Formats: sequence, structure tokens, C-alpha cells
Amino acid sequence: MLNMSTQTNSPVNQSLADALSRSKQEPAWLTALRTEAAEAAQTLEWPKPEKMNITRWNLDAFGQHKASDKVADVSALPEAVKELVPAEASANLLVQRNSGVVLSQLSEELRSKGVIFTDLETAAREHEDLVKAHLFTAINKNEDKLTALHAALWSGGVFVYVPKNVEVELPLQALLYSDDAEATFAPHILIVADSHSRVTYVDNVITNFGEGAAASIHQSIVEVIVKPGAQVQFATIHQLGQSVSDLTLRRAVIENDGRIEWIIGDLQDGNILSDTLSVLKGNGSTSDAKVISIGSGSQKMSLTTQAVHFGKSSDSNMVTRAVMKEQGTAIINGITKIEKGATKANGVQTEKVLMLSPQARGDANPILLIDEDDVTAGHAASVGQVNPEQIFYLMSRGISKQEAERLIIHGFLTPVVSEIPIEAVRERLHKLLERKLGS
Amino acid sequence: MSTQFSINNLKATIEGKEILKGINLEIKGGEIHAIMGPNGTGKSTLASALMGHPKYEVTDGEVAINGEDLLEMEVDERARAGLFLAMQYPSEIAGVTNSDFLRSAINARREEGNEISLIKFIRQMESKMKELDMNPEFAHRYLNEGFSGGEKKRNEILQMMLLDPKLVILDEIDSGLDIDALKIVAAGVNAMRSEDRGFLIITHYQRLLNYITPDFVHVMMQGRIVKSGGPELAERLENEGYDWVKEELGIVDETVGQA
Ligand SMILES: Nc1ncnc2c1ncn2[C@@H]1O[C@H](COP(=O)(O)OP(=O)(O)OP(=O)(O)O)[C@@H](O)[C@H]1O
Ligand SMILES: [Mg+2]
Repeated sequence: MLNMSTQTNSPVNQSLADALSRSKQEPAWLTALRTEAAEAAQTLEWPKPEKMNITRWNLDAFGQHKASDKVADVSALPEAVKELVPAEASANLLVQRNSGVVLSQLSEELRSKGVIFTDLETAAREHEDLVKAHLFTAINKNEDKLTALHAALWSGGVFVYVPKNVEVELPLQALLYSDDAEATFAPHILIVADSHSRVTYVDNVITNFGEGAAASIHQSIVEVIVKPGAQVQFATIHQLGQSVSDLTLRRAVIENDGRIEWIIGDLQDGNILSDTLSVLKGNGSTSDAKVISIGSGSQKMSLTTQAVHFGKSSDSNMVTRAVMKEQGTAIINGITKIEKGATKANGVQTEKVLMLSPQARGDANPILLIDEDDVTAGHAASVGQVNPEQIFYLMSRGISKQEAERLIIHGFLTPVVSEIPIEAVRERLHKLLERKLGS
Repeated sequence: MSTQFSINNLKATIEGKEILKGINLEIKGGEIHAIMGPNGTGKSTLASALMGHPKYEVTDGEVAINGEDLLEMEVDERARAGLFLAMQYPSEIAGVTNSDFLRSAINARREEGNEISLIKFIRQMESKMKELDMNPEFAHRYLNEGFSGGEKKRNEILQMMLLDPKLVILDEIDSGLDIDALKIVAAGVNAMRSEDRGFLIITHYQRLLNYITPDFVHVMMQGRIVKSGGPELAERLENEGYDWVKEELGIVDETVGQA
């Protein structure tokens, strides 16, 4: 295959992964994990998402590892980044810049309760047992070339551990940003919520490259381990630039009576592979996923939500809504899989695409795979345009055409946005939606 | 200024079929005109064509509201010029709350920077909803979504009251209303009667006209106004049906556009 990247990338091989691991003084098992993955990556194939050819996305433009200097506190961050730090967030905040974490702080109160919130590199050294027991358990590092490359090259990243019965009231917030298109941007996020704990994690993934930045990728993997009775809210907003292809895989494993809520705002300007899977392993486990996206320009987006039910009486709900402008293409997949034995499971999914331009493309593919009789499941999918009768109705009340369209588009997204349980995320999404829809 | 609304020889087609075949009508501020007529004779088409629905093409005639050429205007401009149409089948719009919609409609009539304050808006909306005996919860519901037939009609009247139009067209506002709701809606309309506002009420039933007494009654057939009179004409139609009109005028098939 022709490599269209304009960057100079070192070939990914065992010695590169080995050198990276050693430079970080990682434990031997982690060095071995990286080198094995680097070796596997050489023969594995890229993932093949439904109806989307990602092999033209400069997938190997992963750049060079570039560490950034740590900063003492928020005030020492560059201006452009400081703006992105939510004012109320600073107590529990982690900031990754390019390949490395530059700031991580956690309130004394949470620290004393045994909560861990730090970068994954530090965690691998200081909380080795916890990291070793969970890293790459929600996803197989050798699933495909993408996961293997990520396993070999990830850096920075986030580690969250919430001990048994501890409830974290305020969201833990992370800002993952890159301002250097030639730097590797590949955080790995590992969240472990021990039995009957509760936590909300919110992140913002952002690139801030100048005009004409070289093509690059952001590749990240999220693993969430939800132990019995634990509850995790995971909210993420991605705003990556036009030159960046975003390859993000999210996996949660949910044990008995555990719950995960995914809230995903895919508001990138470049290509997107966004794949979010809940494995409902335990009885009574539940998962709720909400994905909002706006496609514009000539963006290609592959947005997938998945739920796999093993546990009895497990419950999943997945909602994706996308607005497509200009020449954007969205392939939206929903996969609900109910395994034999998952009696009384319930899986529901809805995918809706609103097309604002005749050149845009939208495709919704709901899939139910059910191997158990005693279950309930449902899906709804639609791809449609703005209804001219609705425009007429609003205009007949004196509302301009432009404002009528704005109301209808927001109305399309609002039922999902308004159900987002974290107010700050809801408001930020509202603002970003307004901006991306307005332009 | 008292409203002057005039329709002169209005012709309109839909998908190439001529439905309106030359309508003439003059409505002054303070007047209530009723249009009656069998199904499929062009009543809703007249209402939609006046409002500027994109499906209907006006092929001939003039319509003026207070001296301004209505047919030259976009739909939203017609509304801002004072036209209001309570629709026979109002649209449902998910995700847009009734109150957000109403506020946008009110603000569309105001200069930028001079938007209605939230408090004032809520006060106005709540007082009108109370007049219409609407549950305040309807302010937060999505526009018409899942509203019953009668609830939609009440919501149309709520809009009329808040937007203070100059010429109101009510297309079968009484259909789907129970008798109590009918009285409430009629009281709402009567409260809006004024010297500077004209009404055009499309209905099949005398029972609405018992509460809103019209000054003029017109009968529509074959895309034309074929007969006009006073309130007594509506009563006769209620009692005797349309056959006598057809006979008098030698009409066999009263509908229009049925190929
Ligand atoms: N959108 C449309 N497409 C095709 N035909 C239409 C359309 N709108 C109206 N017509 C036709 O125009 C004719 C007049 O319809 P219109 O709705 O104006 O009747 P109406 O007098 O309001 O009847 P009703 O009393 O049943 O409401 C009918 O034959 C109808 O089928
Ligand atoms: Mg009609």
C-alpha cells in the first residue's frame, strides 16, 4: 500500500517499543507487553469497519514520542489550553500534552479515601499490581493492527482506581490535547471501579494545530472495569482538527449489578473511527450509551456502539444521533448481542441521522444477534431530511427559515443531550453543537 | 389602523391541478367571515395558499394585507405582516419545546437586541394558557408531539393569542374539540375580536358559529365561493345540508381537483 503520510515515522518494531518502555523505567512485564504487541502488529491487519475504508487515513502517521515538561499547576499551562480547563475542575484534574502527562492533581480528600487518579505511566510503576491485573483485560491487545500498535506505543494516559464502597461526588476531569502534529498522541485510559464504588470521569480530547498541519492520528483505547455494584459515568468530548484521524476504541466490562453510562460527543473535524462496547458480564449489569455527532466538510465517520449480554437480566440502551452537513459521510452501527443463557436480558438501540445536505451520506445499520429466547430487544433506525412541513409550520409563525432549521436541528439532538446527567458536559456540548452547526 | 384584507381572483394549483379557481373575498378589521362547504372543495387549499405553503402554486390573482402585496412575501414575512393560520393539522416537532418555539415566534417580530424578557414572556404565556385552561406542563412539552387532537387545537389558539395577528384564519379549529373545549376556544377567539383584526373561520359545523357569531357566511364549492350570506345561511346549511345550494346553482359534483 502506498504510504501517503508526509511524516517520517520510525518503523514500529520490538526495539522501538523496548526503548520506549525502558526510557520510562517500566516494569519488565510491561516492556514485554509492548514488544510482543509491536511484533504482532507487523503481521496483523487493520480493522475493517462496516462500509468504510480506513486504510487511506494515514493510519501509520503516529508520529514521534515527544515528552512534554511537567507544569506545577493550571496557571503554568499555555493560554490556549488554560481556557479549556473547566474552572471548577482544578482539584481533580489531569492534563496530557502530546505524548506525556504534564499535570495531575487529586484532592487530599479523595487521596485519603484511597482513590487513585494519575497518568498510566506513573500508575504502572507505583500501583503495579492494580495496573497489571487490569490493563488489556477489557480488550485483547492483539485484536488487530490498531490495538497492537496502540499497545506498543501508548504513552501518558489516565489511570483511575476507586476503592470498594467509595463514592466520588465530583467528576474527575482530564484534558488530553496535542499542539504538535508530529508528536505521538496515543493515551490509554484505564478506569477500575471496585465493588459498590461510584465515579464520574469526564474528558476532553483536543488538537490545536495550525493551518496546514500534516496528517496525523490520535489513537486511544479506553478500558473501564466495573466491579459488582459499581457505577461509572464516562463522558468524553472529542474536538480534533481536520488533519487528524481519530481512532478511539472504548471497552467496558460490567460485573453483577454494575452500571456504565457512556456519553460521547464526537465533534471532530477529521475522520473518525469511534467504537464503544459494553460487555454485560454480570447478572443485573446495565449499560447506557449516548452518542452525539455532527459531520461536515468531507469527513468520514464510522460510529459504532455495541453491547454484548452474558449476564441474566442485564440491560443495555444505545442511542446515536448524528447531523450530517456538506459532504460528510457517516456509517452508524449498533450491535446488540445477547448470548445463550442471558435470560431476561433487554437490549434496545436507536440510530438516527439527520441529513442537511444532498451531498451528505448517512447510513444506519442496526444489528440484533440473539442466541437466547427469553429476552426482549428492539431497535429503530432512521435517516431523514429536515421535514418541509415542519419548516412551513415554524415559518408560518414568523420565524425565519434559518431559525426554523436551527430549531429543528437542535430539536433532533436535544432529546439526547438533555438527558446527559452531568450539567457541565451538557452545557459544553450545547455550546460546541451551536458552534459546529453554525459554521 | 383597521385591517384591510382583500383576495382578488385567486387561482392556485397543486401538482399541476387547479384547485382554487378564482376566489374573491374582502375582510375588514372587526369582521368575522365563515367559510363552509363540503369536503374536498378547496377550503384548506385557500388557507394554505394564503399562508404561502410551498406545495401550492398561485397562478393568478392578488392578495393584499393593509395595502401590501401578500403573494410577494415569504411565509415568515406574511406572518410578520399580520397573517395567522391555525392549521387543520398542525405539525409535530420533537425536541423543540412549546415555550422555546413561542418565544422564538414572538422574538421574530421584535428587533434584535429588543427580545422579550424571559420573565415577561413566561407571565404572558402562563396567563394565556390559563385562559385556555391548558395544563402549564404543555409549555415544556415538545411542540405538538403526542398532543391529542383537541390539545393541538388549543395550542393553535394559544399561539394566536400570543402573536396578536391582524388577520386570523382558523381551519377547522372546532374539529376534535369536546363541547367544553369548544366553548373555551370560542371564548379565546371572542376575546381577540377587535376593530383592527379580521377573522376567516373555516368550519363544517354550526355549533362553532353558535359561540362565534359570524358577520358573513360563504359557501365554497369547486374551488370557488358560490354563495354568500349572513349567519342565517350557516343555520340553513346545518339544517338542510348542501343539496339545495347545488340544485340552485346546477352543481353536480361539488369537489375540485378529482380529475
Ligand atoms: N397536497 C396535496 N396533494 C394532492 N392533492 C391535494 C393536496 N392538497 C389538496 N389536494 C386536493 O385538493 C382538493 C381540495 O382539498 P382541500 O384540502 O382544500 O379541501 P377542503 O375543502 O379543505 O376539505 P375538508 O373539508 O375535507 O378539509 C382535494 O381534492 C384534495 O385532494
Ligand atoms: Mg380542509
